[in-house]
Amino acid sequence: MVEFYNQLHPVVQGVLKGLAVIMVIFPLGGVCSMAERKVSAWIQGRPGPNRAIVPWAAWIPVLGPFLQRLGLFHVMADGGKMLFKEDPLPGHVNKFYFVLAPIVAMIPALTTVTAVPFGAYLDEAGRVIPLGLANVDIGLLAVFAVSSLGVYSLILAGWASNSKYPFLGGVRASAQLISYELSMTLSVIPVFMWINAPGRESTMGLGRVVEFQSGAWEGFTSASWGGLWFVFVMPVSAFIFITALFAETNRQPFDMPESEADLVGGFHTEYGAFKWGLFFVAEYAHMIVGSGVFTLLFFGGWNPLPWIPLAKLVAWLGVSSPILVGILSITIFLAKVLFLIFFFMWVRWTVPRFRYDQVMEIGWKKLLPLAIANLLFYAFEIGALQTAQPWWVHAAIGVATLLALVFVVMRPEQKLAA
Amino acid sequence: MAIIPLERKPLTFVERTYVPNIMAGLKTTWKHFVRPKETMEYPEERPAIPPNYRGVPTLVKDPNGREKCVSCQLCEFVCPPKAIRITPGEIPPDAPNGHVERAPQAFDIDMLRCIYCGMCEEVCPEEAIFLQQQYSMTGYTREEMVNNKARLYELGGTLPDEHFKWDKKKAAEEHGNDRH
Repeated sequence: MVEFYNQLHPVVQGVLKGLAVIMVIFPLGGVCSMAERKVSAWIQGRPGPNRAIVPWAAWIPVLGPFLQRLGLFHVMADGGKMLFKEDPLPGHVNKFYFVLAPIVAMIPALTTVTAVPFGAYLDEAGRVIPLGLANVDIGLLAVFAVSSLGVYSLILAGWASNSKYPFLGGVRASAQLISYELSMTLSVIPVFMWINAPGRESTMGLGRVVEFQSGAWEGFTSASWGGLWFVFVMPVSAFIFITALFAETNRQPFDMPESEADLVGGFHTEYGAFKWGLFFVAEYAHMIVGSGVFTLLFFGGWNPLPWIPLAKLVAWLGVSSPILVGILSITIFLAKVLFLIFFFMWVRWTVPRFRYDQVMEIGWKKLLPLAIANLLFYAFEIGALQTAQPWWVHAAIGVATLLALVFVVMRPEQKLAA
Repeated sequence: MAIIPLERKPLTFVERTYVPNIMAGLKTTWKHFVRPKETMEYPEERPAIPPNYRGVPTLVKDPNGREKCVSCQLCEFVCPPKAIRITPGEIPPDAPNGHVERAPQAFDIDMLRCIYCGMCEEVCPEEAIFLQQQYSMTGYTREEMVNNKARLYELGGTLPDEHFKWDKKKAAEEHGNDRH
């Protein structure tokens, strides 16, 4: 099996790998939509969808009813409904762009996966090799560059629909993305400053970030920094990143582009059936990839716990087969990603939707100064650590950053002149 | 009414970061997430119906199995949506219940019209019609939604009786009032 795969043409190998990943992402998107319904229901004190079942599953004694209660067959029912219901094409839309928009939504959502490693295995020398579609050097930059293209689908959908509310949704989507993209990018720079030295190779690679977080406990020395995940080393970065991620993926409380309360359905008001479904699979794919990037950057990737890297766990369990190690690492990684997706849904029912002006204010007046202060703090701090400055230098950097932040962000509200 | 001016305090630094309040909110939603669910899963679980519930109107028989309705048509007259239609009939004098003289030949209640007001139950001098605990009426056609006499007795069944009015009347006719 493995030999047969290895003798294939590299292009065929690539296509197979890509298809395999899409075959995971697509159903995962569907399952996420069901998880969304179930989590919503549970938080609201309801059992959620739990009726649909196919006959052959009903024959399985315990598992069948359990899956029924979990609403698993509703996923198929929903998907089937999406596929077979009438696909309306309103008369007043620009047909070419109207059809193009959901396709444009899917492409970046599925393309970003290529640069995200999702697991690892150990080679004969015991080195950890990341598993991914393409281990590109620019890593995170590729993810950012391609995932930002996703907003074009919302703008296209809003504009091609040729009606008010979708248009407003599209405009909001573009404004929101630009506002939060800045903070998001600034928030991850400290991570890469921390792990890299000038002249290294693959400095923006995501595999490298996880490699850095795979250290073991070395006592209270500077070597132990490596095992600590970045969410503990840089909590502010992680906070900014996840906030911006909510905004980028159009999740509540930042779902301005489709806020049902004021824009009917936002950019997808005129859409129905499968085209509408594609937008949602794309949204969930964005969430999955975004959570994956967050896991890699701040949650230690495929390492089970801080200071317990994958290699150590594998040594304890005594597994040596690369395939088993790969499955183990992917399981750990997916568990973290799924937890983050649950967190997305949890926040959805906790924080009410911001008003549009609040979204802009949080983005530009709160998050961006915070991201810049965070960046400057870590820039000076990393410099101070590397040149082994005395403690008061660190204290001075911290105090200066806090003061600057209080001055910029926490000024009393200024009334705008009419 | 006195006007009490409330001073709105400016938000503190921590409050203005939103973070503690969001954390408190997450805690609240988590509690709801793990709490037992409120939903009654209807066809399997049924609500407890109180004894004085006003469900579907039914006709009842007394403990001796005699149909109590004497087709006086008061319910038909009082029914606000005109859901009840009665065709009066007579009981032949030689029948066991001959002394009651009258019984409905046909008794239809159109459940598409009925508003479950209970006025028929209230007006009935014979305590023959009751709104009981049946609360779910369904059907595929309009005809199915009209309860005829047989169906009304099937739904109503037998209820205990305190008076046995007609038995007493018969006894009085036969033996005189001193029996009581």
